[in-house]
Amino acid sequence: MSGHYHSPDEPPPIVVEGLANRFGDFVVHENLDLTVRRGEILGVVGGSGSGKSVLMRSIIGLQRPSAGRVEVLGRNITDIDPDSNIGVRCRWGVLFQGGALFSTLTVGENVEVALKQFYPDLDPVLRAEIARYKVILSGLPDSAVAKYPSELSGGMKKRAGLARALALDPELLFLDEPTAGLDPIGAAKFDRLTRELKETLGLTVFLITHDLDTLYEICDRVAVIAEKKIIAVGTIPELIATGHPWIEEYFNGPRGRAARASHERAKG
Amino acid sequence: MEEAAQYSLVEDGAGHSRLVLSGQLTLAAIGPFERALQTLSGPVAAVDLSDVDDIDTVGAWVVLQFARAHDAEITGASEAAQRLLGAVRGIEASSDIGPDRLPVWERVPVALGEKVYAGRSGLYGVVGFFGQILIGVGSLIRHPTRFPFKALVHQMELVGVTALPIIGLMSFLIGIVIAQQGSVQLEQFGAEALTVNLVGRITLRELGVLMTAIMVAGRSGSAFAAQLGTMKLTEEIDAMRTIGISPIEVLVIPRIVAATLMMVLLGFYASVVAIVGGAVVGDLTLGIPFWTFLDRIHDVVPTHDLWVGLIKAPVFGLIVGLAGCYNGLQVRGNSEEVGRRTTMAVVSAIFAVIVLDAFFAVFFTEVGWG
Repeated sequence: MSGHYHSPDEPPPIVVEGLANRFGDFVVHENLDLTVRRGEILGVVGGSGSGKSVLMRSIIGLQRPSAGRVEVLGRNITDIDPDSNIGVRCRWGVLFQGGALFSTLTVGENVEVALKQFYPDLDPVLRAEIARYKVILSGLPDSAVAKYPSELSGGMKKRAGLARALALDPELLFLDEPTAGLDPIGAAKFDRLTRELKETLGLTVFLITHDLDTLYEICDRVAVIAEKKIIAVGTIPELIATGHPWIEEYFNGPRGRAARASHERAKG
Repeated sequence: MEEAAQYSLVEDGAGHSRLVLSGQLTLAAIGPFERALQTLSGPVAAVDLSDVDDIDTVGAWVVLQFARAHDAEITGASEAAQRLLGAVRGIEASSDIGPDRLPVWERVPVALGEKVYAGRSGLYGVVGFFGQILIGVGSLIRHPTRFPFKALVHQMELVGVTALPIIGLMSFLIGIVIAQQGSVQLEQFGAEALTVNLVGRITLRELGVLMTAIMVAGRSGSAFAAQLGTMKLTEEIDAMRTIGISPIEVLVIPRIVAATLMMVLLGFYASVVAIVGGAVVGDLTLGIPFWTFLDRIHDVVPTHDLWVGLIKAPVFGLIVGLAGCYNGLQVRGNSEEVGRRTTMAVVSAIFAVIVLDAFFAVFFTEVGWG
């Protein structure tokens, strides 16, 4: 991922313009614009059902938008048919909400799947070694490599999912609620891990979350989805300064205040 | 196109050689390069990374493993490369990612022992399952208002009504085949009129119910196992228990009762359709008019043949329902288990049905319903 220490004049890795998603009469997105900058962790927040996951699915090509343009790493995702954008697919990694690990494979084999798929000429021993160090890099113990997903706890499953997302040394990482369902200690560790990996590997991270601590601790910018579009993007103080009632309630509610207080305490 | 990874050996005069790497040290380009590195022998004192354009964790890993194997020093690493090397440095190299496997001389006895143990606990499981059903039936008798009529009707529709077309087609064709093949043999004795006896008796006594049971096992027994198994995986069944709803009462009993009842109706229906199929063949090829064929059925088939079929049908239905529900509830772990248990439900149901059918054939002949 060194590859990913790029010069600032390169185009942004994700550009979404005029995106619309409709399911029948139900409009999820209308005229949604978003640009993700290279090397940042962008947090995406919004109420339940506001279309955060649909936005992510549109960006990674799992959901064909009704209108608009989605450009990822310089390639237009909406135009090309699903099999031809292989070149882009091996440059991103996705952590799904539930982990979505293949239940009949061990954690190590889960990571190996993508390596086998994209680089069949890789030496099998090296491939297994790569899979194994990715698992350990994601903060799992040695003993977890050969375990099946059903033998792991919720937090370990998330880490295993992260290892699989990192399998191909991606430039772009999509995380869908990575800390949901984790205890506060586990969530804080996961946040630290995300930050560390981003810095070591030069990743750009698109992170959907409800976790205010995650937003304060690791996100460079935060995008807010409401009213079918991104109503604001910026650092948290910038967002609060917009004075939008939903943002106001989100960050200045009791949980938001508590998260900010602990963040400020931590900074000293 | 990106420049692939390359290396060259540079001698520094003092008998030390330096490996100079250049190009892309990334996952996409590493395959052939890594194989070439493996063949490199001889002492290498240092690995120089200063000409490397691009490196990722895989490149860092390969360099690090090479350096370790040759006890070489890594020089010229950029800041990014150093960070990546640092990230993978502490990790021990091993390609052991598969599930733990025992050597074969241990694996075989262990597997055998597990089979025996599973057989015993499987037996306990089946007995326990019967017990749970009896308790469920008992409590439904004491509280008849709790009986899940809606679920029962729904299952009856799924097991019975929606199966009518396929079972009808199957039985019709079986009737045709029996009449046509039977008449060819009976003609040799000039006894083709006995085709009526053949079709009437064999479908009512045996084939109507047997083939229907196999079809229901394939259609509904498998569906029961897959449904309940998936519900088990998604913890729906545990959720029911915590609310105080007995999964046996609301899921298992309606399915078993539906399978039992509908097997009787479907078995009879299948026999009738098969006889109609036979009558069509009689009309077309044997010169027995359609209605005469049906009239003759009335004369040559004893009533107890009908009873034989109707007594067997609910027993077969019960077996299919029990096998489906039992195997569904045994699912634990992963999605592969759902498939395994579904197969088991169908295979064990069909096996039990055929064994019992043989037993019934002997039994009914012995009691004088030959």
